[in-house]
Amino acid sequence: MNLWLAVGLMGAGTYAIRLSMLVFVSHQRLPAAVRDALQYVMPAVLLAIILPAVLYVGDDASFELSIQNERLVAALIAGAVAWYAKNVWLTVGIGMGALWLLQAW
Amino acid sequence: MRGQLPLLLGVAPFGTAYGAYAIETGLSGGLTQAMSSMVFGGASQFVAVQLIASGVPGGMIVLAVLLVNLRHMLYSASVAPHVDHLDSRWRWLLAYLLTDEAYAVGMQRYGRDDESTRKHWFFFGAGFALWTTWQATTAIGIVLGAAVPESWSLDFALPLTFIALLTPVLTTRPAFAAAGVAGVIAVAGFDWPYGTELITAIAGGLVGGMLVARLLEKEVAAT
Repeated sequence: MNLWLAVGLMGAGTYAIRLSMLVFVSHQRLPAAVRDALQYVMPAVLLAIILPAVLYVGDDASFELSIQNERLVAALIAGAVAWYAKNVWLTVGIGMGALWLLQAW
Repeated sequence: MRGQLPLLLGVAPFGTAYGAYAIETGLSGGLTQAMSSMVFGGASQFVAVQLIASGVPGGMIVLAVLLVNLRHMLYSASVAPHVDHLDSRWRWLLAYLLTDEAYAVGMQRYGRDDESTRKHWFFFGAGFALWTTWQATTAIGIVLGAAVPESWSLDFALPLTFIALLTPVLTTRPAFAAAGVAGVIAVAGFDWPYGTELITAIAGGLVGGMLVARLLEKEVAAT
């Protein structure tokens, strides 16, 4: 599929989701089970992207669960910053800085 | 408007990181910017770029993006009662601007105890400011990404921004379970084709979260 077409479909579909209860159907109709399930989308998506990105590393994308893995160590440092400082700029900045330092080491 | 400044500053690094990350993985500047204006959903845009970079077919990418943005149905449902009195042009406009951040600010205003019938203007103001910030910081990221050499590992901006997004949503035990199950499936399924590991991971996470919530309910009921 052409990438521009794919992006167009992503946009149209996302808009349809946001319109769903505002315009298309009555808002009383969202069942409790669906509401519960939707709450868990964000945590699921986020860790599902984070973990492979820090555990499969290098040009050959090999699995590396060790302290030698610079991305894993930098991500753990960033995680601690995010948890305690709750600041996006700091998390991204210190995480990138940690990776550069570890790579230079 | 002053109340929104922290929020605008909060999305600025995501927008910049998204633009830089997309360029770093080889997307064109036009497509990167188009995604910000058409999809206007940070996490899903990062996911789309990652899947495009790994050569996943377009249909699967669309499916994954919609799955990530499905939670907006919740926002749509909880905003709906507040905009019943508005004509449909307003509702179509507000729906386009309905992101996580606009929802958070808008609902705060609706929750305040006064009789103002013009709260939708506040919602619109927040949404529009966020939209403008998102477009502008995407553009900055595109310029930045093109200027920075590959050896700077800018692709690492993806896990970093997601880590910053993750910690505020890990507030309950079911949320931890959802993240844990999804993370394990995504790692185990790393070699699966067509992005199926991501879609399976998200679905597994939802089931895991609901199961733990159910178990906790039973525990409370038993004591």
